Parts: sequence; structure tokens; C-alpha cells
Amino acid sequence: MAVLTMTETKGKLAEEQEFSQAEKKIVYGTKDLNLWYGGDQALKNINLDIYENEVTAIIGPSGCGKSTYIKTLNRMVELIPVVRVSGEILYRERNILDRSYKVEDLRTNVGMVFQKPNPFPKSIYENVAYGPKIHGIRDKKILNEIVEKSLRGAAIWDEVKDRLNENAYGLSGGQQQRLCIARALAIEPDVILMDEPTSALDPISTLKVEELVQELKKDISIIIVTHNMQQAARISDRTAFFLNGEVVEYTNTNSIFSNPSDKRTEDYITGRFG
Amino acid sequence: MVVREKFHDDLKELQTKMLELGSLASEQLTKSLQALETGDIELALKIMDDDIKADMLEEDINDCAILLIAKQQPVAVDLRRIIVAIKIATDIERIADFGVNIAKSAIRIGNEPLVKPIEHIRQMHRLTLEMLQLSLDAFKEENVAKAKQVAEMDDQVDELYGQMIRDLLELNKETPGYLSQITQLSFVCRYLERAADHTTNIAESIFYLVKGKRYDLNN
Repeated sequence: MAVLTMTETKGKLAEEQEFSQAEKKIVYGTKDLNLWYGGDQALKNINLDIYENEVTAIIGPSGCGKSTYIKTLNRMVELIPVVRVSGEILYRERNILDRSYKVEDLRTNVGMVFQKPNPFPKSIYENVAYGPKIHGIRDKKILNEIVEKSLRGAAIWDEVKDRLNENAYGLSGGQQQRLCIARALAIEPDVILMDEPTSALDPISTLKVEELVQELKKDISIIIVTHNMQQAARISDRTAFFLNGEVVEYTNTNSIFSNPSDKRTEDYITGRFG
Repeated sequence: MVVREKFHDDLKELQTKMLELGSLASEQLTKSLQALETGDIELALKIMDDDIKADMLEEDINDCAILLIAKQQPVAVDLRRIIVAIKIATDIERIADFGVNIAKSAIRIGNEPLVKPIEHIRQMHRLTLEMLQLSLDAFKEENVAKAKQVAEMDDQVDELYGQMIRDLLELNKETPGYLSQITQLSFVCRYLERAADHTTNIAESIFYLVKGKRYDLNN
């Protein structure tokens, strides 16, 4: 019997993807990051590079450390007194865990959007103008421009332009979340961290936020924690799968959702545990 | 903890339908050679009538697969299981069609005595059926070793096909009055050779299912 020669064939999509991965710049580099809440270790030896102008999704079951990780990226985690951290997180090549790094500098560049929309109890206009104001911008004309640009950027301008002075609490949940994204955009951030930004939204609002994320990544790098795996598959370029405080697999999203290399990833994304 | 039990039951059901389609195709192909060898027109007509069963089953498989994708949004190996089921069902349905094609040739040849013993055709037929069975086993067990074996057997079918065509051409020169029958017999060889190729496609699909990468097994 003849010996069979098998040739692996690759489509154009797979080849393009391999090629495009080479040239990206790193926004966040995480090196040997460990984090403890008192005696409990929540993050174990995390090594992860986040790339510029990409959407990076972080998935994993509850308690796997994904929210802790994203909160470490803007140092929110240090608000908890019992937290201890080792390792490095390089933002634009500077270690943000270094004592000399001012948290205000970091948060000027890194915005955050949370699970539940949390607008200030102020007008729509004031919600967006708040950040630029505390950064010292007083000129009404400039503020007007920032507010419009940010609201347009968050795809909510047309819905609110005639009621900018109304209280933000009068908006629907989906609108409030996009307002929070506009608020984050107002300081022209380099990165936006999103911690389950659509889990409290209805499907249409979710899709609007997802489309917005796609639009925003042209200028901003986005890191999104999500419980919705289809969302990670739809919107992200890269996906990291966290389990018990470790990164089990981190690669391009197409690979993770079509052919993950780790059995645990496969079991999680196909719903065999979690 | 195993979750998504309903989904796994549905996948199992899809697999059962696939295997059912497989045995239907195998049956059609088996009967078609019988009709050819015995000149049994009634049997050939029955094969043609029964083709609708394979067509309907293929549609049923496609409908089930589409619903599973729409309702369960599978990913990774689960998604490949469904995509591969759609592809394999098409291959199996084509194999069943070749049974019908052979039955039509049997009708065209009718009761005319065969101009040549059809030992090589029988061998091709036997090999093709074995390949089909092996590919169905490989699918059921998600077994790449068996899938590889299918692809390896295809060379034997190709060889027999080449030999048979040469013999038939030679025979045409020697016994010119049998052109119609010789043409039909070469068609039959072609159908079997194509059916074997489709089992190799099934083998490729199994490689994709298991490995998540595509391999060309047809070279």
C-alpha cells in the first residue's frame, strides 16, 4: 500500500492573521504578576502582552481573577487594603506598580467602564465635561466641543443632543452605559478597560456597545472582561482564558474559538464546565 | 460537571442520522452492483425510487445542523462537529447518487450478457464499500487512524480504475459491437472511483474535526 502524504492546507484568512500579528506595538506588558488578597493568591504568574489598537477579551469562570487583573491595570485594586502584589505591569514601557508612578497620570490615559452604568447624578453634559474640567479645561467652547465629540464617539449624540441639560439618570440603561463610555472618551484615553460592560444591558444595547467598541479600537486599545463568550468571539482580536488565577491560554480570538490548544479552554468555551 | 446535556443529546441524534444515511448509501451501492450483475431491472428501479430517502435524510441532517448552530452557538470542536456533519452528509448523499447512476447503467445494459467478467469492478465496489464503512466508523469514533486508512485505500481504487479503463478500451477494439455496454461499464467504473473519492473527502473532514486543521488527503 502506498504511503500517504498529507499536506496541511491553510486558507487565506489564517495566513493573513499569522502575518498581521508580527508588527503590533505593546501597550501593556505584564511580567510575572502575582497578587494576594491577604493569604489568598488571586493571580499567579501572569505574563500577558496587550497590543495597541486591538480589543483584548478576558474570559473565565467567576473567581478566576479576570476582574482582579483588569483592576490591577489601572491600580484600582490597591484600594483594597489587604492586597499584596509582586511582578511588573509595564504601561507604555513604564512599570505602573513602581512607587514613583503617579496613579493620576495613569488614569488620565486609562479609562474604565464598569458592569453597571454609573453616571454621576448630574446632567448629561456635566457627566462628560467632568473629566476635562478637573484636568483644568474651563473654556466653555472647548468643553462644548469635547462633549459633542465624546458623545458622538460613544454613538449616543443623536439620542441626547436635545436634552444635554437633563439628568443622566433619565436615560435608559444602554444609554447610560454609552454615556459612561463618552465620559471615559472625554479625557482622550489611550486605553479603555471594560469590566463586563454589557452584562446589565438588553441585547440591542449590547450590540450598540459592541459596535462602538469596534469603532473605538481604531484610536484606542480596549481590554474587556466578559462572561459572554459569544461577545468575546464577536468583538475581540485576542482572547485570554483565565482559570484559578492563571492564564491558561492567550492567543488570537479566531484560534481560541475554532481550535483552542488547551483542553481546559476547550471545555470552558464549549460549556463543559463553568 | 457535564453541562449542556440537551445540546449533547442533539449532537448524538445528528450523529445517528448521519450513520443512518451512511448505511442507506452503502445499501444502495451494494444493490446497484447486484442489479448490474444479474440484469435485475426491477431492483435497479427500486434503487432509483429509494434515492428520495437519502435526499430527505440529507435535508433533515442539514436542518438539524442549522438549528443547532442557531440555538446553541457552538464553538471549537462542537462547531466543527456540526460543520463537518453538513459536509459529510453531502458526500454520503453523493455516494448514494452513484448507486442510482450504476442502477441506470444496469437498466441500459439490461439483459445483455456481460462482455467481460467484471472482477475488477467487483473489487472496486468491494473496496469502495469498505472505505465507506471505515469512514463512517472513523466519523463515529472521531478516529484519524481509520480516516488515514481510508485515504490510503483510495490508491488501490484508482489503480483498479486505470486498469479497468485500459481493459475496456482494448475490449472495444476486439469486440466493436458492444460499444454501448462498454461505455456503460466504464461509466460504472467512474462512478465507483468517484464514490471512493467522496469517502476520502469524508476522511479529510474527520481530520479537520479532530485536529482543527485542514489536510489534503487526495494527492
